[in-house]
Amino acid sequence: MGYENDFPMQQIVDKDGYFVREDYKNKITRDLVLTFYRHLIRVRAFDRKAKNLQRQGRIGTYAMFEGQEAAQVGSAMALKENDWMFPTYRDHAASITFGHSLPTIFAFWKGRVEGGVPPKGKQIVPPSVPIATQLPLAAGAAMAEKYKGTSNAVICYFGDGATSEGDFHEGMNFASVFKAPVVFFNQNNSYAISVPIEKQMNSKTIAQKSVAYAMPGIRIDGNDIFIVYFETLNALERARNGHGPTLIEAVTWRYGAHTTADDPTKYRNQEESEKRREFDPITRLEKFMKNYGYWDEEWVEQETKLIDEEINQAVVDMESMPNPNVSDLFDHIFAEPTWTIKEQKDAYLTHLRGEA
Amino acid sequence: MQSLTLIQAITDGMRTMLKERDEVLVLGEDVGKNGGVFRATEGLQEEFGESRVIDTPLSEAGIIGSSIGMAMNGLLPIAEIQFMGFIYPAYEQIMTHATRMRYRTLGAYTVPLVIRAPYGAGVRAPEIHSDSTEALFTHMPGIKVVCPSTPYDAKGLLISAIEDPDPVLFMESLRLYRSVRGEVPDGKYKVEIGKGVKRKEGDDITLIGWGAMMPVLEKAAIEAEKKLISCEIIDLRTLYPIDKDIIAESVQKTGRCVIVHEAHATGGLGNDIISIINDTSFLYMKAPIQRVTGADVHVPFFALEDHYLPTPHRVMEAIEKAIYF
Repeated sequence: MGYENDFPMQQIVDKDGYFVREDYKNKITRDLVLTFYRHLIRVRAFDRKAKNLQRQGRIGTYAMFEGQEAAQVGSAMALKENDWMFPTYRDHAASITFGHSLPTIFAFWKGRVEGGVPPKGKQIVPPSVPIATQLPLAAGAAMAEKYKGTSNAVICYFGDGATSEGDFHEGMNFASVFKAPVVFFNQNNSYAISVPIEKQMNSKTIAQKSVAYAMPGIRIDGNDIFIVYFETLNALERARNGHGPTLIEAVTWRYGAHTTADDPTKYRNQEESEKRREFDPITRLEKFMKNYGYWDEEWVEQETKLIDEEINQAVVDMESMPNPNVSDLFDHIFAEPTWTIKEQKDAYLTHLRGEA
Repeated sequence: MQSLTLIQAITDGMRTMLKERDEVLVLGEDVGKNGGVFRATEGLQEEFGESRVIDTPLSEAGIIGSSIGMAMNGLLPIAEIQFMGFIYPAYEQIMTHATRMRYRTLGAYTVPLVIRAPYGAGVRAPEIHSDSTEALFTHMPGIKVVCPSTPYDAKGLLISAIEDPDPVLFMESLRLYRSVRGEVPDGKYKVEIGKGVKRKEGDDITLIGWGAMMPVLEKAAIEAEKKLISCEIIDLRTLYPIDKDIIAESVQKTGRCVIVHEAHATGGLGNDIISIINDTSFLYMKAPIQRVTGADVHVPFFALEDHYLPTPHRVMEAIEKAIYF
């Protein structure tokens, strides 16, 4: 019943690293493959480091994305310099790929407000924490680009659970009605914390929800970085050319817990989860590189070493940040603080100095 | 200079700013072709086109959410919520995004958004059309709240709100929309956000209110004069940040105060005003501060709304309680 058969999962490269779509062969360059690979191993190394830092008490609760790297890296690589990104709290692989700095992302998870500040000249909105609330914002940012007559586009990330929220509908509908240049990039990892997708929705795919908004929708293998990259590129291109929004459902998997504060063994079999490594996005690209002559052991070793150094340096940078500035608590609520905030700040600083 | 009703002054304020700045957009339900259910945006779509005066889908969270995205991206949206009682679906967008974006990015993104919302009871409107929930917003960090009671203030405050670098909730008394009229200058002028105004000088007691309560205070003051009680009347105009100086100066002179609002008593803004008086003027007070407010009950179906709303008579009772304490 319905549209579930209309959205078969698309792939370019299968789990064994072979082309299933030969027509893409001539679109793929060595440079593209190596860039994919470098980004993928970089964000995975970041993710594992962040998890370890949390275990050591050096950052706060952290949301791991291991398993979802191809969906995030591939889609972020499709963006142009002036595009907008609206990530969630699990999408730092995307924001890092788009140009966020590693110490800044670490800082976010260390409870530092500096972690929300976008890199200069890049439109990366701080991660949305309340689920799906970023969809209407993304539609609005895209409407503004359209109003200004630019060819910039917006990408908006969200998960499978987000589709149950009203804001999902409102954002999709606004974007559709106003033909806003936005790509709604769903990562369907099958779980909203503990709730499996079968309990989240009766529809068999998320892509089919695009039908209700008369917008193009596509279901892709989110662990195949090739299809992720090229379909996001297509969707962005449509957006830039005035053809409005697209819904992309990237089917993927998070191996680990929802966050470091979560215990997934309470709601699923983690051994089963580990078996998903058969479909791992990085292993798949490695196989592809070996199958088609892109693999260069020396280059991989060298890049791995450089990435380790970069991440270790980012930890040093994060940990050598000056102590948080108490003034930041008060100084960014309004352009000019109101008298209540001024009084509260003065009173608190006086208290801190022991002069009260 | 022209003689305008409150709602005409609001329209004039929007028109002035639509003319002046291309970044200004108006959006909301029925604001375009229909000119708004109260006609606040009448003629604006005709004059400025569909790309600037936008009929949106029926979705408060969508209107406010997309306006936030626009405001972050360089535009100056004026979003209309048809009635304040319908703003709640957008509450999350306001609380988690509009008011926080500046802080979360240390100013890299800001949300210069105006939310216009008709509020208040007294016009025999259907259920849920009469709420006055300013305190839900004054409690929120990061948003200013204004509520004019005269056409002059309405236009001037609206222009200030549009040019304010932060979100502003602009409350419009639907009871006053067409029942007050006044001189309004042509073109652009501003009334400063955060400043109240003394509507009447007096010596014995200070009456504080805003929006639709102002005519109620004025009537009560006339009654009081008959009993030789001289009332000073303050129209707050801005509900956050409240003009504490005008309050302190007045109550330090009179030593007595009645605060009037149609919102519910508990958690209502009257309590914040009492707290300002407590902090600034405790030793000047000659009597406990009186409040005349809506009860802690829902704004009723309209057959009983006259029993919910503060009346001049109830205000007069409060004045006498304070005077003869």
